[in-house]
Amino acid sequence: MTAEVTTAPVEAPAFPLSRSRCPLSPPPEYARLREEQSASLVTLRVSGKRVWIVTRHDQVRQVLGSPDMSSNWKLPGYPLQVPLPPEVLESLELPLVAMDPPDHTVRRRALIPELTAKRMQALRPRIQEVTDQHIDAMLAKGGPVDLIRELAVPVPSLVFCELIGVGPENVDFFRHYAEQMVNRDITPEEFGAAQYEMEMHLQGLVTAKTEQPGDDVLSRVIAKNNETGELAHNDLVALARMLLFGGFDTTANIIGLGTVALLQNPTQLAEVTADPSLMPKAVEELFRYLSISDSATARVATKDIEIDGQLIRAGEGIIALNGSANRDDRFFADPDRLDIHRDAKGHLAFGHGNHQCPGANLVRVELDVVFTTLFSRIPTLRLAAPIEELEFKHDQLIYGLYSLPVTW
Amino acid sequence: MRIRYDRDRCVGSGACAFTLPEIFDQDEDDGRVLVLIERPGAEHRKAIEDVAASCPVWALSVEDE
Repeated sequence: MTAEVTTAPVEAPAFPLSRSRCPLSPPPEYARLREEQSASLVTLRVSGKRVWIVTRHDQVRQVLGSPDMSSNWKLPGYPLQVPLPPEVLESLELPLVAMDPPDHTVRRRALIPELTAKRMQALRPRIQEVTDQHIDAMLAKGGPVDLIRELAVPVPSLVFCELIGVGPENVDFFRHYAEQMVNRDITPEEFGAAQYEMEMHLQGLVTAKTEQPGDDVLSRVIAKNNETGELAHNDLVALARMLLFGGFDTTANIIGLGTVALLQNPTQLAEVTADPSLMPKAVEELFRYLSISDSATARVATKDIEIDGQLIRAGEGIIALNGSANRDDRFFADPDRLDIHRDAKGHLAFGHGNHQCPGANLVRVELDVVFTTLFSRIPTLRLAAPIEELEFKHDQLIYGLYSLPVTW
Repeated sequence: MRIRYDRDRCVGSGACAFTLPEIFDQDEDDGRVLVLIERPGAEHRKAIEDVAASCPVWALSVEDE
């Protein structure tokens, strides 16, 4: 075995690539990479580290489904994309998303019963109520309003707070943290401070839920764990942190972008407004089309593996770009077209393999309710600014809109 | 036809139970798949095959008997 990787292409452009030319689509370079290269090297802007990216649907599934790929942030080759300071990383109790089996399996099974399809569907009436209240407020205020502030953020945030059993006064604090965790541009000090503050808060929350359990996800996971004894206090804190990180701002981002995508396709919007039974399929297509967490599906190889002839060595990092996979014409016909009638199942927007987003069914219900209600109650909704002037989260790990002026 | 499922592989994504709640459910204890109707009618075949294809860990399949 030699030390050089002789087969590697020399060019390693800065990552992430820009999606500014067409803000509702992944970076246009992905299309060329899917055709020309099995895997390519990029240089992470946040760390200068060289890692692999793969762009095709079957490759992304291969990487995310492989037992020889680790999610462990603490392994040196892992492609971290936010400026997590080494000393913070060292002491961090890793969240579910950064664990491998068997530790991952035990913790995921402690959480999943709380997020089953049935339980998420049971939240529908409450999600409807919260959505209606916020649309009432929008209508009372009169346009133009910022849809992100008035609807996209508060609805999933309040639902989430109720789910984990904390009051609505926590919304701003949680949102700030969730945003910092996906911010590629904050300093390591700011990252560390946000992490520390939230750690202290969640330590207190887990203690409170242990002593005085309520009717919520966190209390039930803790109560059940008291019987099995599988998880330590810090594991429960890490689980709460993971819920916050994964479940808080993601839905808000897709509500904002999805609204723009539907308004850009008025014929399809009219169809789904006339027949709301089409909405679940439309929502699935929006997940595929928008792929807000394109590069969040990253791994590090624990053994040498080959991907379409390219050798990835043990210890090397790899980002399996789900947003590129979701635009792969080997898997989806005419992939750059939003088509609410297509069968978008098989998209990888929630990841693939044993780490697939455990909150996916909550988001499905939330988006079904929010979009159906928004466009039926405000049928004349339109953008109050040209799309070129909208503020997209171009540099964030999770894509979305900072604000979205709408009127009617 | 018969639904084959592998509870050892299942990670409880609930994609099956969300899409076809009349056929699939999830265990209240560990969130993993429960098959309510192991031998559904042939008219469900396409829908079940689609759900099996979207399972993130390939835990489901349909076989002929």
